[in-house]
Amino acid sequence: MKRVYVNEEWCLGCHLCEYNCAFANSGMQDMALALKGKPIYPRIHIEEGEKISYAVSCRHCEDPICVRSCIAGAISKEGGVVKIDRAKCVSCFTCILVCPYGALAPGEDGVMQKCELCLQNSCGEPACVKGCPNRAIVYEERGEEE
Amino acid sequence: MRRYVIIGNGIAAVNCIEGIRSVDAKGRITVVSEETHPAYCRPLISYLLDGRTDQKRMQYRDPDFYDRMGCEMLYRRKAVRIDREDKKVELLDGTLLPYDALCVAAGSHPFVPKFEGLDEVGKKFSFTTLDDALALEQAVDKDSKVLIVGAGMIGLKCAECLAERVAEVTVCDLADHVLPTFLNFECAAYVQRRLEDHGIRFALGDSAARFEKDASSGAYRAVLKSGAVLAFDVLVLAIGARANASLVKDIGGAGERGIAVDEHMRTSLPDIYAAGDCTESTDVSCGERKLLSNLPNAAMQGYAAGVNMAGGSAVFDRAIMMNSISFFGLHSMTAGSYNGELFEEKTDTSVKRLYTEGDLLKGFVLIGCSDRAGIYTSMIRNRTPLSSVDFEMMKKAATTAAFSAGAREKMFGGMV
Repeated sequence: MKRVYVNEEWCLGCHLCEYNCAFANSGMQDMALALKGKPIYPRIHIEEGEKISYAVSCRHCEDPICVRSCIAGAISKEGGVVKIDRAKCVSCFTCILVCPYGALAPGEDGVMQKCELCLQNSCGEPACVKGCPNRAIVYEERGEEE
Repeated sequence: MRRYVIIGNGIAAVNCIEGIRSVDAKGRITVVSEETHPAYCRPLISYLLDGRTDQKRMQYRDPDFYDRMGCEMLYRRKAVRIDREDKKVELLDGTLLPYDALCVAAGSHPFVPKFEGLDEVGKKFSFTTLDDALALEQAVDKDSKVLIVGAGMIGLKCAECLAERVAEVTVCDLADHVLPTFLNFECAAYVQRRLEDHGIRFALGDSAARFEKDASSGAYRAVLKSGAVLAFDVLVLAIGARANASLVKDIGGAGERGIAVDEHMRTSLPDIYAAGDCTESTDVSCGERKLLSNLPNAAMQGYAAGVNMAGGSAVFDRAIMMNSISFFGLHSMTAGSYNGELFEEKTDTSVKRLYTEGDLLKGFVLIGCSDRAGIYTSMIRNRTPLSSVDFEMMKKAATTAAFSAGAREKMFGGMV
């Protein structure tokens, strides 16, 4: 099962992945119309230390603690992808409380959202990977679970 | 074919079913439930009343779940006794259910102390089940004056969901601040203020002593310990919960306030497992045995129990108290134990408290600043040595960038 991985040493910390993510999930055709002058709510974010930067998005864990912890039964794992049913989510933030990677955050409407690998949106493949100028973010297989 | 019996049909039970089926596709699973509904998300009953969910969306699993899992569902049935010698569960109607492995996931029940005059009160409710919520919904209208006894999570969520639909909501509690189990006075003030901003009134450090009915008008009033009098017409009792542990304790199972389980979810009795709010287990943040009633623990315990019942091997040894709750958009998170040294950072709208002891993070309180809190939580659960991270960085904000390069490689470089 392919997942999104990031090579820390190649990440420039340019935050383009955040913009590409927000655009891919905006449902809009025009990037400027979708994002310009607005706060963005990406499902990937750059973590920055003193000398490092890297992008973090959902790890699609083998035994995801968010799935078991969700008080609304809104998070499930299907075909290796951890998904959130936003109609069921009540924004209690329990998933934020348990995710060891800090990979979940609320969207503009306050409802939780997370990386679902762009499989359901217009991009069809992870937009963060596609648009990474230094190819620091990759979409590949590193070991199998099923 | 192996026979599994599960007593209860809440979060722990559903995850137990999933655990069993991850190992054994064929065994016979029988679920005994006193309720009449498929498993639903109990913490969502307040969201049902304020319209943020509905009965369909608050289902815990999809409608085909029990069929797909091949479960025999016995609704509106009550287990009254476990025969540990013959390995049978006896139901109230006399039915005997033989088992090879049994899981007691019986949950908890509201604790209602004796109050003088309580029997006289017509409209009184608990607030833990879907039926409670539906009955309460029927009982209130825009003119209702609601009195809630108990300023814990259940009482406050009830207050929040009623605030917009009734004339008056008052919460009383013997404790001098809200959420006394999780927050100290200072932290609780943030939450209380938010609730007061939405019209909820409080009578704290004072609680109902007795209830009276005015013979002529039929109106009710509560006389508080201080002598203050509160008029009301709907009463909600949200004082606390007790573990439903008697089925196991009656036949000699170990446990103080709940059913004692080990990290495999085994009780002290052979082939009897337990999971969820009816259990007591080890809190990894302090090493104490206690009730660790919260939904994530129930789910993880239930799943581990199921795997082990079916002959697999699953360990759940990282239970801590943890909770995330919101009131009118203000999110409060707590986790672990409040032991050791305190780091605190406060603003007018937020408070962050991190507790460290020796080389470990033990607990936290985060109100209005919950971003990526799970990084802290996992440090508590995994007992991550503080010396292995840049904790000064971590005090500012939860970030995996504070971990060593090697730890980050493990977290992000492959499958987890």
